[in-house]
Parts: sequence; C-alpha cells; structure tokens
Amino acid sequence: MRRVRIKDDALEQRIYFQRSLIAVGIVAGIALLLSGRAFWLQVAQYEHYLKLSQGNRARIEPLPPNRGIIFDRAGRVIAENTPAYQLEILRERAGNLEETLSRLARFGLLEASDVGRVRQLVLARRSFEAVPFLLQLDDQEIARYAVHRHELPGVLLETRMARHYPYGTVGAHAIGYVGTISEEDMQRVDRQRYFGTGVIGKTGVERAYEDELLGAGGYREVLVNAEGRPVRLAGGPDQQLRTREPLAGDDMHMTIDIELQRVAEEAFAGRRGGVVAIDPANGDVLVFASLPSFDPNGFARGISRSYYLALTENPDQPLFNRVLRGTYPPGSTVKPMMALAGLEYEVVRPEDQVHCLGSYSLPGSRHRFRDWKREGHGTVDMRRAVMQSCDIYFYRLANTLGIQRIHDAMAHMGFGQPTGIDIAGERGGIMPSPAWKKTAFGTAAQQVWFPGETVIVGIGQGYWTATLLQLAKATALLSTRGRHYRPRLVQALADPKTGAVTDNPPEALEPLVLNQPENWEVIVDAMVAVTTGGTAARAARGAAYSIAGKTGTAQVFSIGQTEKYNEKEVAERLRDHALFVAFAPADDPKLAVAVLVENGGAGSAVAAPIARAIFDAYLVQDAPP
Amino acid sequence: MIYGELGASHTRRTVTGMARLLKALRLDGMLLSGLAAVSLFGLFVLFSAAGDNTALWFSQLARIGIGFALMVVLAQVPDHFLRMFAPAAYAAGLVLLAAVAVAGDIGKGAQRWLDLGVIRFQPAEILKLAVPMICAWYLHQRPLPPALRDVVVVLLVIVVPVGLIAEQPDLGTALLVAAAGIIVLVLAGLPWTWVFGGAAVFGAAVPVIWHFLHDYQRQRVLTLLDPESDALGAGYHIIQSQIAIGSGGVFGKGWMNGSQAQLEFLPERSTDFIFAVIGEELGLLGLVALLAGYLFIVGRGVYMSLQCRDAYARLLAGSIALTFFVYACVNAGMVMGLLPVVGVPLPLVSYGGTSFVTLMAGFGILMSLHSSRKLVG
Repeated sequence: MRRVRIKDDALEQRIYFQRSLIAVGIVAGIALLLSGRAFWLQVAQYEHYLKLSQGNRARIEPLPPNRGIIFDRAGRVIAENTPAYQLEILRERAGNLEETLSRLARFGLLEASDVGRVRQLVLARRSFEAVPFLLQLDDQEIARYAVHRHELPGVLLETRMARHYPYGTVGAHAIGYVGTISEEDMQRVDRQRYFGTGVIGKTGVERAYEDELLGAGGYREVLVNAEGRPVRLAGGPDQQLRTREPLAGDDMHMTIDIELQRVAEEAFAGRRGGVVAIDPANGDVLVFASLPSFDPNGFARGISRSYYLALTENPDQPLFNRVLRGTYPPGSTVKPMMALAGLEYEVVRPEDQVHCLGSYSLPGSRHRFRDWKREGHGTVDMRRAVMQSCDIYFYRLANTLGIQRIHDAMAHMGFGQPTGIDIAGERGGIMPSPAWKKTAFGTAAQQVWFPGETVIVGIGQGYWTATLLQLAKATALLSTRGRHYRPRLVQALADPKTGAVTDNPPEALEPLVLNQPENWEVIVDAMVAVTTGGTAARAARGAAYSIAGKTGTAQVFSIGQTEKYNEKEVAERLRDHALFVAFAPADDPKLAVAVLVENGGAGSAVAAPIARAIFDAYLVQDAPP
Repeated sequence: MIYGELGASHTRRTVTGMARLLKALRLDGMLLSGLAAVSLFGLFVLFSAAGDNTALWFSQLARIGIGFALMVVLAQVPDHFLRMFAPAAYAAGLVLLAAVAVAGDIGKGAQRWLDLGVIRFQPAEILKLAVPMICAWYLHQRPLPPALRDVVVVLLVIVVPVGLIAEQPDLGTALLVAAAGIIVLVLAGLPWTWVFGGAAVFGAAVPVIWHFLHDYQRQRVLTLLDPESDALGAGYHIIQSQIAIGSGGVFGKGWMNGSQAQLEFLPERSTDFIFAVIGEELGLLGLVALLAGYLFIVGRGVYMSLQCRDAYARLLAGSIALTFFVYACVNAGMVMGLLPVVGVPLPLVSYGGTSFVTLMAGFGILMSLHSSRKLVG
C-alpha cells in the first residue's frame, strides 16, 4: 500500500516562513561579507592599491633640458641649440613595413645597406612607438621626403633640438663637441639628469663644463591606457600627474675671440700646427687653435661612420688636440728663459762675450755640438745670442748652469707640469733632470745623466718637451715680468633664467720674483731685438707696435755628426717644426702668443708671420682710431 | 501652516492616486522603487564606464525600457496562467538549448546564442525562469516537505538544462540556473541533512568536476588562488579590478575619474566588471549603497513571497528574489577576488546580454504572483 500524504498548507507556510527567514539571514550575512571585503580593499589596503593604480596609468616622458649656449668673449654665439629634423617610423601606421623600407631606400632616404638594421630597430619596439632612423636631415632630404610623403605612410618628420656650432671648424678644439652618450659615459654620469638627453660633452669646454652646461632633465607623467598609448581625457583623471620642469643649463662666456681665432687659423694656410694666444693680464686664452681642425657639427648630428673613419684615418690627425696634448721640443724659444736663468744664478752677465765658431765641445770630449749656422755667429753677448739664436752661447750657458739649476728655473716658468687650463686632457711635457731620468728609465745604465744631455737642453732639445700652452704661458710670464695666471677658456657662466652670472675669476699664480728685477729688461730687450734685427725681423717689419719674440726650430730627427741638414732631401714629415713665441706690445703687453707649425722648417719663415697676423688683428683693431 | 496643510493633503492625495494606479497595474510600489533606483544608479555608472561609447549607453537605456515594459506586461498575467505554462516554458527552453548545441552561433568561443534572424538571444536565459517555475510547479502538487522521490525528480529536472548550459560552456549561467532550482527545493523544505549532505557531496565531487572543466575554467580557479602567478594573462582581470576597487578608497576618485576604468586597464568595465568601476569612482560608499539597494529588493521580494496565496507562488517568488541576490554576490565576489572569474553580470547594472530583460521578467512574474493573492478569499 502506498502511503499518501495530504498537503498541509499551514505546515508548508510555516516551513516556508522559516526557510525564507534563514535565507534572508544568509543573504544579509553574505552582504556583510562583501562589504567587509570592500572595506578591506578600499580602507585597509587603500594606499597599496592607490600606488598600483598610479603606476599603472602614468608613463614618464622625458623633458630634456636646454643645453647652455656658448658665447665668445665678444658675445658672439659659438654653440647653440637649433631645431633639427629627423625621420621616424611609426609601425602601426606604416602598414606594410617592408614596402615602406624599400620605398625609403628608393627615395634616397635610407641607405640600402641600412635597411636590415632599421628593420631590426623598428621591430624591436612596440608598434605604436615612433623609431627615429635618420637624424638631422639636410634640405635635400627634407625636400625628397616632402615630395614622397604621401607614399610613405607612417614615416614622420619630427623636430628636436640639436647642438649647432655656427663657426664650424673654427675653434673646434677649444669648444669641443657633444656626441652620443656612450656606455662608458653612462657609467660615470647621473642617469636621471640625462633622462631624455641623447648627447654629452666629449671634448673641450663642452666636456669640462658639462655639469654647468647640461642643466637637469625633467619629466612629465603622461596618461597612458593599458596598451601604453598616451591618451588625453578632457576633464579626465589627470589631476595627480606629476611634472618636473627641466632645468636649463648655464650659458657660457668663453675667453676665446672667435674672429681672432679665425684669423689665426687662416694664417696657417692649410699647414698643420697650433697656436695659443693668452692675455698676460689675466690668463684669458683668446686663441686656441689646433690644425687641421674638424667640424664639430658632424658629431652633434650623430656622426656617420664614414666621416668618423675619415677623421681618425686622416694622417694629419684633425682630432688630435695639438695645443693641449701635443708635446714638442721647445727649441730655441727657450733661449730668453735660459738667459734669464743664467742671470739670476749669476753665472753670466749680459755683457759677457762668447766666441761662436759653429761648434761646441765639452772639455775633455771630442763630440761637437753644432750651431744651426755652420760658420758660427762670431763674437756674441747675451743680447746678440738671443737675437741671432746662437746655439753655442747656450750650450756653454747650459753647461755652466748644470741640469739641476736649469730644471729648477724652468719649473718656475711652468715647464714639466700642466698649466692647469680649465679643460681636461692636458699633458705636462717633460722638464728633464737627473731625478726625472731615474724614474723614466728602467736600467741603471740608462738612468745616468750625461753632461752632453745638459748641453742640448740649453737650446730646448733633448728630453725637453713642452706644450704650446706652456710656451704661451711662459711667454706671458716674461711679458708681465713675473706675474702669471692659470690659463682659462671660460670667463663666466650665466643662469639663463635669472640672469645671475657666476664668474670664473682669473687665478693668479705665485709670481716669479727675481733677485735682480732689472734682469727682466735685459731679456725683453733681447727679445725685441729678435724682431727688429734678429731672426724674426722680416716677419715683424712694419708693425705699428713693438714685438718681443723668439723663433725656434725643433728637430724632429737628429742629424749625424758630419752630415749637413738638407731640407729638400728630408721627407716633409721629418722636417723640423717651426716655432715662434712673442708678446706685444713689448712695453705694454696685451697678448702673448706661441705658434708651432709642424714640419714648417725654420720658425722665422712660417711661424712668426702667424703670430704677426694675430697681433695685427688684435692690437691694430683694438687701437683707438 | 495653511500652505503646509494644503501641501500635505495634496501629497497624500497624490500618493493615494499613485497607489491606486500601481494596484490597478498589479505592481508593487516598494519593489518598483527599489528596481528603478538600482537601474538608474546603473545607468549613471554605465555612462562613465562606457566612455565615449554613448551608443552603448543608449542601447542599455532602451533595454531598461524594454525590461520595465516586460515587467509590467508579465505582472498582468494571472498566476494560474504562469503556473499552467511552466512545463511548456521548460520544454521550450530545453529544445532551444538543444538547438543552440546543434546550430548555435559562436560567440566569444562559446555556443550560447541563437540567431533567430531578427534577434539573437541566449536560450539559457529562458531557463533562468523556467527551471524555478517547473520546480515550483512540480513541488506545489506534492505534499511538502518533499519526499525523497520528489527531490530526485526535481534534481533531475534541474540537472538536465544545467548540464546542457555548462556544456556550452557557460558556467556562470549554469550556476545561476542551478541556484534558482535548488533555492526552490530548499524553500520547499528540503531537509537540512540533505542540504548539508549535498554540500558535502559537492565538496567531495570537486576533483571530479575539476576533471570536466575546460582549461580556461581551471585557469580561472587557479588564478583566483594566486593572481600574481600570471599577472598579464589570466590573473590580469582580478588584479586590475582589485586595484580599481582598492584605489577608490572610501569616497572614490569621482564619477568619470576612475583611472583604471577610463584608461582601459580594467577589462570588461561596462559588463562583468562594472562593479569595480563603482568601487573605483564612487568608493566604498558607492558599493555599500548598491549592496543596500540589492538587500532592499531581495528583502521586499521575500516579504512579498510570504504573502502569496499558494506554495507555487511562494516558492517561485522566493526563488526569483533570492536568485537575484545570487547574481549580485557571485559577481561582486568575483570582481573583488573572492570567487573565480565566471561570466555573471552585475544585476540591473551591467551592460548587455539579455540579463536585464530576464531579471525584469522575473520581477514581473513576482509582482503578478503577489498581486494574485487577493483574488482568493
């Protein structure tokens, strides 16, 4: 029998009431649980999630700083920032990348050999990122792009600020240049300051004052969506976006006179060499030329490999800074200073006479030290010896002084140590001494100082090497009768925003005080004689001011004892370097100059006229009408 | 004072007039207000979540209109009619499900949609109502609490469509359909031993179920346990929605100002993840207000079910009200990282699907069942 249950509506209602009550209780419980979860996320963990959401939406976009502008001493702009055009590919708009690349190659906007590299570059980035592939377009390239623009979807012409040197090669070694930041550079700089900056000062003041010129990079947070694409929302959630304005670099005022520099460089007429001109009153470097020069704009626009190779493989070494790093035998240019040393150590008097017969031998030695003038200068006193650059006189003087006293005196003049000019990489040359020889050579036999080595130091040869900066500074020291300054290329830095000027004041070095100050006049008088009746008379003829100078000829290779030096037979690269140091006006020095023409032969013929050109341009132009 | 009294009496008259209109339309004023409030709140949020896509917002507005209209229409249907059609609706739903399985349109990698030329709809939506209807229909003829045989029959009735839906695969809808049916059973007086026993069996069956899950479903469960394990893949939804909610704080970032939502970090922000938009832009206050609105609707629905005149009406009305809350807590739990990601929209707020219309149809039926109580002495 099947048991039949009767429907009991009252029971069913009661059950339903109970059950629905419990259900509502469960519902309320779950609602409470959900609220609790929301509370946990939104109150307890609020900070955590807020940070996450901010990291999510903002992408940091660099705002590169404006690099400081460089002016010469007359306020002419010699390094500035100008807009440059570059081509970029935006893959997502390019459609068919291969087609675009082959078109670019066909239109001459991309070298065929570069297609693979650019393809890699583009594919390595996300499709909505613009990838620059051709920097600093010239007018022709811009024109070609303009013509074919409609055939190049996704290829964009963008502008950016690039360093520009309006004077090109003029003064390039002093100003230096900026170039792409290398891995090495990255190691030593504060990356944050270089955020968005693609270049860094590589040489010259661009490098030495990098810190001041750079400023500091800023950034801007840009709203991005989940795909990383920048978006702009009207009235959207941008109120919390951070921005740090970039800090513009300081403008720089150099001591260089760019027009005088140009005169100096043109006076070289294509020869190799270098020239420095210093204002003796404060150490300002007005001319700093190393030739051949190079165009720093090439580096700033992202130098092409072929151009760089051409520069480095050029036998004339245009990238070599001859002024700063070239060490040459100073040759006869040191004779006035040797004479001064003789006077100060009282081993010689101005009127003492020497009979020059064209050669000199140490007592007890048969080795003959030859004069540049085979037949000799006859009887010479100090003035004539300087004027005619008599070697025999100075061989004797050197021998009398001895190497240690020569070394000490010349060290006072600044030889054997860097001048401390305010750019990096300067070399100090060698001011030889027995002590120096002990450190410079390995074996005991080599370390011995021979008297003969002293003799040739007397005419600026032998182990003695100097830089043009040292020669110019020593010449300036002679001109001021002992006062001298650390050479400087930068006068002042100016904050472009506030206009506040930070001076880079002249740094006076400890003056050279003579026991007998009248000795200065003996030396200067002798140097004036050089330009009036001596070796540089031709170059100084007709000058409206008096010049005190000294020619020099530095041997590049030594000649055998009996050989005669024949300029024509010696290969051009082995010819002597021509040197000339001078200051003018002799009685009121305004400029001290040191010139070297590599393989130029005698100093009087090629080096002195370059100094003359600089003096004329500077002094005559400066003279009141 | 005179104006005040005049005003008061005027208000009273308007209120009574409104009450009479609602009664004539067989509508429940309280429930209607709750539904309208939440729907308007949803439109407000959707305007922000939709962003530039105003067409989407207007389409939702239209859907809300259709939903409310359908509710009013269904409220007019006498309850015995609804009862009578229960088996037919269930049968029709099953047939359509089968049709989808055979000829269904592929949408989002799953066969859910049936394209009838003019409209595309998911037959599973019909079963959200048809299953509780058939369960209530079956049980109201039997003495309650249900006997073992009845429970088995009802479970079978539930399992068949749920299995078909889960096979589509649409785990979310399957879950909701199953919940609707089981709620009927529980409300009918399913012994507690059964309830807890069933829960225990379900727990034991998890490994078996795991075996039958699709890879993406397994991934979702794993992701819930450790979202960071695949931050840019399967974990992305959960991480981004929690960031959105958490960063909203108590007061929110402001309407239209949710960076997560506006900048598209939040996926499916106008559909399944709109709860996170509320949390981000309107804060904890917005979420609590929404939950309060849901609680009010559920409470009112259950209260109305208590007044129904017979078991069928009670069970169906109670199931409709409580299932509505299951929607809400599954979605909220998923978005807040408490449950795996299953495709359940936030009721009355999420854009899309036929979910809004189905929900309103359910409330129309609820109102009809409630209004029919007085017809019997």
